[in-house]
Amino acid sequence: MTIPTVTQSSSQTTRPRIPSRWERLRDSYLWYSFKRDHTAQLCLAIFIGLVIVAFASPLLAPTDPYDLRQIDIMASELPPFWIDGADERFILGTDAQGRDLLSIILYGTRVSLLIGFGAVILQALLGVTFGLMAGYLGGRVDALLMRLADIQLSFSTLMVAIVVGAVVKATMGGAFYSEYAVIMLILIIGLAEWPQYARTVRASVLAEKNKEYVDAARVMGLRSKRIMFRHVLPNTLSPIFVISTVQIANAIISEAALSFLGLGMPETHPSLGSLIKSGFDYIQSGSWWITLIPGAVLVILVLSINLLGDWLRDVMNPRLYKG
Amino acid sequence: MALLEVTNLDVRFGLRQGEVRALRDVSFTLERGERLGIVGESGAGKSVAAFSLLNLIGKPGFIAGGSITFDGLELNSMSERALRKVRGNRISMIFQDPMMTLNPVLSIGEQMVECLKAHRRISSKQARAIALDKLQQVQIPSPETRLDQYPHELSGGMRQRIIIAIALLLDPDIIIADEPTTALDVTIQAEIMALLLELCEQHNVGLILITHDLGVVSQVTQRMLVMYAGRVIEQGPTREIINDPQHPYTQGLINALPQMATPGERLNQIRGSMPSLSNLPDGCAFHPRCDFINKANGEPRPACVQKVPEFVDSGNCRVACHMVAEMQEDRRLKLEEIS
Amino acid sequence: MTATAMNLKGANLESAETPTQNEESADSLLQIRNLKKRFSLSGDFLEQLRFKGGKLVRHREYVHAINGVNLDIKRGEALCVVGESGCGKSTVARTVMGLLTPTEGEISYAGQRIDNLSSRELLPFRKRMQMIFQNPYASLNPRMTIQQTLEEPLRLHHPDWNRLKVQEKVQEVMSSVGIDPDWGKRFGHEFSGGQRQRIAIARALAVDPEFIVADEPISALDVSIQAQVLNLLMDAQRDRNLTYLFITHDLAVVEHFGTRVAVMYLGTVCEIATTATLFNKPRHPYTQALLSAIPRLEDDRPQHIRLKGEVPTPVNLPSGCVFHGRCPYANARCRQETPTLVTQLDGTRVACHAVEEDRL
Repeated sequence: MTIPTVTQSSSQTTRPRIPSRWERLRDSYLWYSFKRDHTAQLCLAIFIGLVIVAFASPLLAPTDPYDLRQIDIMASELPPFWIDGADERFILGTDAQGRDLLSIILYGTRVSLLIGFGAVILQALLGVTFGLMAGYLGGRVDALLMRLADIQLSFSTLMVAIVVGAVVKATMGGAFYSEYAVIMLILIIGLAEWPQYARTVRASVLAEKNKEYVDAARVMGLRSKRIMFRHVLPNTLSPIFVISTVQIANAIISEAALSFLGLGMPETHPSLGSLIKSGFDYIQSGSWWITLIPGAVLVILVLSINLLGDWLRDVMNPRLYKG
Repeated sequence: MALLEVTNLDVRFGLRQGEVRALRDVSFTLERGERLGIVGESGAGKSVAAFSLLNLIGKPGFIAGGSITFDGLELNSMSERALRKVRGNRISMIFQDPMMTLNPVLSIGEQMVECLKAHRRISSKQARAIALDKLQQVQIPSPETRLDQYPHELSGGMRQRIIIAIALLLDPDIIIADEPTTALDVTIQAEIMALLLELCEQHNVGLILITHDLGVVSQVTQRMLVMYAGRVIEQGPTREIINDPQHPYTQGLINALPQMATPGERLNQIRGSMPSLSNLPDGCAFHPRCDFINKANGEPRPACVQKVPEFVDSGNCRVACHMVAEMQEDRRLKLEEIS
Repeated sequence: MTATAMNLKGANLESAETPTQNEESADSLLQIRNLKKRFSLSGDFLEQLRFKGGKLVRHREYVHAINGVNLDIKRGEALCVVGESGCGKSTVARTVMGLLTPTEGEISYAGQRIDNLSSRELLPFRKRMQMIFQNPYASLNPRMTIQQTLEEPLRLHHPDWNRLKVQEKVQEVMSSVGIDPDWGKRFGHEFSGGQRQRIAIARALAVDPEFIVADEPISALDVSIQAQVLNLLMDAQRDRNLTYLFITHDLAVVEHFGTRVAVMYLGTVCEIATTATLFNKPRHPYTQALLSAIPRLEDDRPQHIRLKGEVPTPVNLPSGCVFHGRCPYANARCRQETPTLVTQLDGTRVACHAVEEDRL
């Protein structure tokens, strides 16, 4: 038995009215379920809020933490405003070097997001290309690429990152590493996690490849490259979209972990991870805010992305609502 | 009183776009041992009608009104527990896909024994004997070995025979068969249909056959309903409807069959397609596709656009069309002209 | 006499007849010669290795989808291929269109061999041969608008056309299949099944082909819509002088639509005849059973010929005639010797020992 579906096409006699992109979105299941899911709304609001605030940090932050002249070492380890002894200039207090914690968190969030997005874009470029080729071309290409992915996945991201990071640091020197830390981290995290994309894309390509519209494109005489990118790829976008949210959160966490281990961002240009690390030594001495406040920001950021990802997966997995 | 009586059945689906009425005012009866066909295109509501008899429509669908009386029991208001005693036991179902009924991880024998023991207090040995007997009735070669086989080891035709054996297991009063042969090949389809017919006659079991295939209906059933956009539009003895359909839609359906046209000539098609249930035209739902229009200006008749047609008796058949009398008059005039 | 002589020859050659035997090849648009296609069931090399009696053996299993099919499609006709699921009729269609490469055999189009061409060499043929698929819900790319779907083949095959000309052609082809050209900006899923199939037909017709392979084009549609689409295909044939290879399981459609019919069983053709001849006087026992199984409106009771058992799997083909296991007329010869297509007096060609020997 089939549940009666409601198609938009009305009878042929009426004049067709083409819905605009906005109207299509408004009538879509995505928008419908977003309207009803308050968690998703809240998470999206937090996420967008954090992104805007982070990337507007040079405008919003009270001080410039990268500018050594604005740092007063005498004002170090000042507590946030709700604790006695706070300085009104520093709402969230200061860190061990006397930098304004609010400013440095804003700048740090920007660095974390930059590395997260950058790494995911790199992963997606590699993973989608390899996944498409493996799935669509099949045979030897498939076997080769997937074995490569298996090998890559058998090393944990952190292990690869630590080894590469350590080698680069040893050969090129710490100064070089600090200077190009953002690019290094994007490369390391991006290269380590492409198999996630490749596998997801390959699986959905295998499903799409057997559909008749792909045969129709072949019968038309289109070349493989065009079929792959023009016909198959757009139809594998939903799983790519879903996995991207999870991967952004993962990349941010990986970066934080690396920074915490001292292989990430340098103290002068800290990310959320290196902030947590730098404050960690003071947690015993009473200055808990230096580590806990950036920690809380990291948790809120990652949690909101993950919850958004969960919601997206539920919406975009047709089995859950079409049954 | 008939064995099964459905009156003014109304089924709705609560979808996000609003409530969709899948069935409206569906009424029919089934006598003991009678074979009834429900014909219609996809989306006409024939499957919903069958599923709602046993209250098997899942969310977001629900029965919004009407009554279903089976052997004096009111199925519509029955508790789920009481209904389970009727389902499978006194009314059983055959689905289009045999794997909807068969559990792939249990052997055929286990499934049949389980089903028997759920409804009757008998030993496993007795249950197995009954199962074997039913398998013999559906003419499966080497039934003993089949009992220990798993569904995936059998071919499509064989599986559908097993399904029929399971449907007959508890000697039901009615079998509801939803497109039972659509997924099968022509030769196998003919065999399964012949078998079903034979067994129903032999055991005096009533059959409700849901199909889109007019050929199958004409060969198997005694009475038929034609459904369109959630309503029954014509019902009566199968032969009479096939030979002399009254409703323009039924006429269109029969005339559209390739066998009704001269080979190589255009087929007599019906214009357009069935409207979606959420967006039905006013009045008779068929009027935008109906050929019986005002010849003077090519517009549909005002009555067809304004009012939902009531059932009109026409011989042994009942037709929901405003224009039945007029069409008959037209035909009479034509016949007179010829003679 | 001729029948036995040809049969002896066929038996010696084993692989059906050679082109010289075929008087039809002169005016044929498409020729299929001794086509075979098998699919491996055993996966890649590592999965094929098995231990047998202490030795490592490479074990391979195949599905024999087509086993030596010969067909000639004449210009302007509609050749229908009928058969039950698994008989290889769709594989024939897909091999002809180059979606599958044949394991053995040759396919020629207008006298030129096309089965061994590269995709670049095949491009000019893609413009002349097109295909219509079974499932209108899967054959349109869900992420492309109708306009984009229809423009794509035109842009590929007519790179010199400007934007305006392409759009004009799209509008023309859309109205020719009965779809309002104003609907072009919509996506496939906004249309009903019948409309989608019309759009798929429009896509095939857009490049003005002369030959169309239609793989079960109406079996996924409702009865009233089937008639519309069948009419559309027949109109297109008349207006554009098309040749069809029409794959279907529905014999009622064949009777109406086909010029000639080829009946397939388990990867082989068992009978080819003109439609009228086949329906009036089916020769092969399988054709007879198939025809008797059509549910007709007229008879009250099915009087069909009951066949024993079911179609065997194409993995282990039966020896001799593939139909012998279910045939009521099978004898020892049928179990050993593969019958070949033999031309009868009225032009019908039947592959059956019983027909040859007049045992029927």
